[in-house]
Amino acid sequence: MVTSQLPLLTLAIWVPIVFGLAVLAVGRDAAPSNARWLALIGALSGFAVTIPLMTGFDTTTAALQFVEDRTWIPAFNIRYQLGVDGISMPFVVLNSFMTIFVVVAAWRVITSRVSQYLAAFLIMSGLINGVFAAADAILFYVFFEAMLIPMYVIIGVWGGPNRVYAAFKFFLYTLLGSLLTLVALIYLFYRSEGSFQIADYHMLPLTLNEQILIFLAFLMAFAVKVPMWPVHTWLPDAHVEAPTGGSVILAAITLKVGAYGFLRFSLPIAPDASHELSGLIIALSLIAVVYIGLVALVQADMKKLVAYSSIAHMGFVTLGFFLFEPLTVEGGIVQMISHGFVSGAMFICIGVLYDRMHSRQIADYGGVVNRMPTFAALFLLFAMANAGLPATSGFVGEFMVILGAVQVNFWYAFAAALTLILGAAYTLWMYKRVIFGDIANHHVEELQDIDRREFAMLATLAVCVLVMGIWPAPVTEVMHVSVDNLLHHVAQSKL
Amino acid sequence: MQSLYLLVPLAPLAGALLAGLFGKTIGRAGAHTATILGVAVAFIASCVIAQDVIVHGNTFNGALYTWATSGNLKMEVGFLIDPLTVMMMLVVTFVSLMVHIYTIGYMQDDPGYQRFFSYISLFTFSMLMLVMSNNFLQLFFGWEAVGLVSYLLIGFWYTRPTAIYANLKAFLVNRVGDFGFVLGIGLVAAYFGSLDYATVFAAAPGLAGETVSLIPGIEGSLLTIACICLFIGAMGKSAQFPLHVWLPDSMEGPTPISALIHAATMVTAGIFMVSRMSPLFELSETALSVVLVIGAITALFMGFLGIVQNDIKRVVAYSTLSQLGYMTVALGASAYSVAVFHLMTHAFFKALLFLAAGSVIMGMHHDQDIRNMGGLRKYMPITWITSLLGSLALIGTPFFSGFYSKDSIIEAVAESHIAGSGFAYFAVVVGVFVTAFYSFRMYFLVFHGKERWREGGHAAGHGHALAAAHVSHDDGHGAHKDAHGHDDSHAAAKHDDHAHHHGLGPHDNPHESPWVVTLPLVLLAIPSVVIGYLTIGPMLYGGFFGDAIFIAETHHALAEMAEAFHGPVAMALHGLGTLPFWLALSGVVVAAVFYLKRPDIPAAFKARFAGLHRILENKYGFDDFNQWFFANGARMLGAQLWQRGDRAVIDGILVNGSAGLVGRLAAWVRHGQTGFVYTYAFTMIIGVVALLGLWLSL
Repeated sequence: MVTSQLPLLTLAIWVPIVFGLAVLAVGRDAAPSNARWLALIGALSGFAVTIPLMTGFDTTTAALQFVEDRTWIPAFNIRYQLGVDGISMPFVVLNSFMTIFVVVAAWRVITSRVSQYLAAFLIMSGLINGVFAAADAILFYVFFEAMLIPMYVIIGVWGGPNRVYAAFKFFLYTLLGSLLTLVALIYLFYRSEGSFQIADYHMLPLTLNEQILIFLAFLMAFAVKVPMWPVHTWLPDAHVEAPTGGSVILAAITLKVGAYGFLRFSLPIAPDASHELSGLIIALSLIAVVYIGLVALVQADMKKLVAYSSIAHMGFVTLGFFLFEPLTVEGGIVQMISHGFVSGAMFICIGVLYDRMHSRQIADYGGVVNRMPTFAALFLLFAMANAGLPATSGFVGEFMVILGAVQVNFWYAFAAALTLILGAAYTLWMYKRVIFGDIANHHVEELQDIDRREFAMLATLAVCVLVMGIWPAPVTEVMHVSVDNLLHHVAQSKL
Repeated sequence: MQSLYLLVPLAPLAGALLAGLFGKTIGRAGAHTATILGVAVAFIASCVIAQDVIVHGNTFNGALYTWATSGNLKMEVGFLIDPLTVMMMLVVTFVSLMVHIYTIGYMQDDPGYQRFFSYISLFTFSMLMLVMSNNFLQLFFGWEAVGLVSYLLIGFWYTRPTAIYANLKAFLVNRVGDFGFVLGIGLVAAYFGSLDYATVFAAAPGLAGETVSLIPGIEGSLLTIACICLFIGAMGKSAQFPLHVWLPDSMEGPTPISALIHAATMVTAGIFMVSRMSPLFELSETALSVVLVIGAITALFMGFLGIVQNDIKRVVAYSTLSQLGYMTVALGASAYSVAVFHLMTHAFFKALLFLAAGSVIMGMHHDQDIRNMGGLRKYMPITWITSLLGSLALIGTPFFSGFYSKDSIIEAVAESHIAGSGFAYFAVVVGVFVTAFYSFRMYFLVFHGKERWREGGHAAGHGHALAAAHVSHDDGHGAHKDAHGHDDSHAAAKHDDHAHHHGLGPHDNPHESPWVVTLPLVLLAIPSVVIGYLTIGPMLYGGFFGDAIFIAETHHALAEMAEAFHGPVAMALHGLGTLPFWLALSGVVVAAVFYLKRPDIPAAFKARFAGLHRILENKYGFDDFNQWFFANGARMLGAQLWQRGDRAVIDGILVNGSAGLVGRLAAWVRHGQTGFVYTYAFTMIIGVVALLGLWLSL
């Protein structure tokens, strides 16, 4: 195991949380700008401490890096054990990066209980980093559950009119899976004779029946988070009710936690069950791509449309994972990262419109380009990335998964490739109705183009989307060894 | 030399970025100077590279950078510079340069001036990346990137409902093609383990016998399936039946891009791609037959539609469809060099015809209906002569460029013996008459006869002709309209009023377009006339393409044609006595009689065959069917899945149902919580008895 001098992962987790608590302490609604600036400094510092994770990362080893290991609850051998590999490191960085956008996006928009709002996001950012960095199963579980609380609060307090229903739905859906996960972890604890280390579980021999039960228990938790069809219906409701920042983090990061769980738990702990049940997951993934793609087409609410498109895109991720090819697994991870940028940007774009018009209904718009040309250009870039256009990040993962799928089964690829048509149809049809055309009404007539704050956010994300589309090699390089190691592991039967 | 390769695509990209991102700062003159400079540099560099390749034989195949690696698959961006590439580079940069210059005149009053230049330079970059690629990945990059720019340009006048309908349609239909294309690339990657052309082509013969079973129990040849998938991509991009439906609608875009993208370059990407893939297609007789038949259907049936069009641009658009069909037929007949040869000659004369049509449209004050034109030759002499030359080239008049390429296609099909070649031969021969007829119908209606706009009462009912309204509001770029004025003081024609009303009044005279418009016409007319005569020898029979194109030994159409070829003069003289020439001539004569002497005849035809006419007017019903079946069908399906699947079943029964179940359960259990001591005592007793019973029974 590679260790480092500074406890970088601890910093990545606790810097945002400490800043979050500080924001909570100093913030008063009378002087919200203090809270805003402090939160921004917190988000920037949180991102800054993750930069050494990138620069100091050793791409030649699959072992956990930046490892920290302390005793936490000795009675149950629960440890405060952190470490990242090529699969988890990008998400720690991505999460810390996207937190900055959440703070900036809220700058002028959130005017009530500013400090609580910003604090909730900062704390959540730290907790999510904990999820990706935890090497101890209970530590993982604690972070995994704890991050639900701020999200629940964000939707329930700053959400739209139907926010309480959405928050409950979100909470209940995710709680159901979580409880089963806990049962599975406790079982593994006894089975491994007293270990909560995830790495130990990877080596633990299990019978096929045990594996299948454990796999299904994890599936309940992770499938809800991804979300996979048919446990996806909380997501559109949550998005519609959530404020912009909530949607950004929900889409960009929270969904990734579920997919990450498959790679860290399901596949390596239950490899035989994974192979056994891969048909089920592939079927659910392809349903997500096609069925959800069609559903997205008929949405009248922009946020719902993008929410459904998120589900369809995440279908590519789970499809890629369960084809067990290097190309598809890496494609799936690339898709996760890209989706972080693209869906985050899409929700910011919708937020930009919502802040001006207070409507997310496509029918209320039309001809926005006449008033907001700069915005329209940036929005088009993200729409195209959402539709998987080459030279944007949205293309990379989809292309890799489709290419890899052909190797496994032509018809998987056939169904998955339908996204080329469906993705373009629902995204560009929405874009056409909102952006193009004559000015639809006097509300659109009065629109102002994006200001410098909004431009800075969208332009930064645009650069990310383009760079990753034109040269994804640095991202794929980081994960090669870890993915190869994972697949090697998955290929070995535990029976 | 390698840095020169890089300069070719990057110079237009730099121009595009300058004009696109800093359009406000550099102004109109800055935007067109930067982009024209970029494309001119690319053209000159292409000439130098072409000379290096053709004279010195210095081909190149190498990677620029590694895009990504995964598993054993290495995905790179790189260049393949061989005779096929340089020919495409020359065509693309030359036509693009002409179109850039022309645009100064055509778009001079448009508020989106800088944006337009940025787009067409971006297109040039994308197209160059496509043709210069040495691998499938970058090919697909360019492939989709040109689609994106096409989308942007068709919808350039984004307030027009027809334009933003057409650009979405174009993008989606192309995506259907790309769907097949990506699967084809996937099959190549899966079985060859590489996306690099050279590696794949070298391994292709070894996989000729490989079969795959897509449907259990039925084995199909891998290469046949892969080639057909790839060809579906070509059908989208090159607008082959039944994915042709987007091209006529793309005429909503400004005319310069109709010439550049939807005639000369982008739509020929499919032809180029199949030629590039000749080492794959040659190994599958079935795939070639599919290519041949699809091409033949397109060549003939799209030509028929050209006859009934009244919008000047749409006539040319259907003619483009038909000519793309000719090229595809040549591909199917294994005459790849002939297809590419026709691609080149067509690029010149079709770009010319489109730009001339644009000049006519300007002269007519943005009226596009040929029924309102007539006698324009007096007012627009340069446009007239160049149009005539372009039309003569198109119909295959001996000694003109189109003759050499089209006649070669007909010859190649005659020599081909694969399944479907009989039908293809019939289609391309009949197509000659059809082409001549619709081309000269348009030519006579526009340049000869009565000056019909003087008669008033413009032929109504052609929405597309009226839709030429330029965006008149300020879109952010337009603010410089006044500040910079017209950069081109030579622009004699004043079009200031064309944003306000369309078409000429009865007393107006059309006038010739400014020199920035007519110069490209003249520069395109020259190759339209002579390029075939000059290049047929080396390109078809002189081994110009070398190793770039592979032809299987069993396909000897081209070899047999080579034996009969005795120089371009002999070929042209021989052509005077062949069936296609007489068909073309009769097409011209019939058009002259119908539309100059006896306009009552076509009217009578129209009345007599009203049903047939309606089928043609409805474009065989494809648009209606697609709208009904695919567009409405997908929406209906989506709505059903959403309402019934998500809402009724998942949310209604599973989510809210289980929540309701818990609620009902709780309500029932609550009955126990009465607050009366006797209830609790009674419950306790039952519990104790139950536990005792359990204990005793163990």
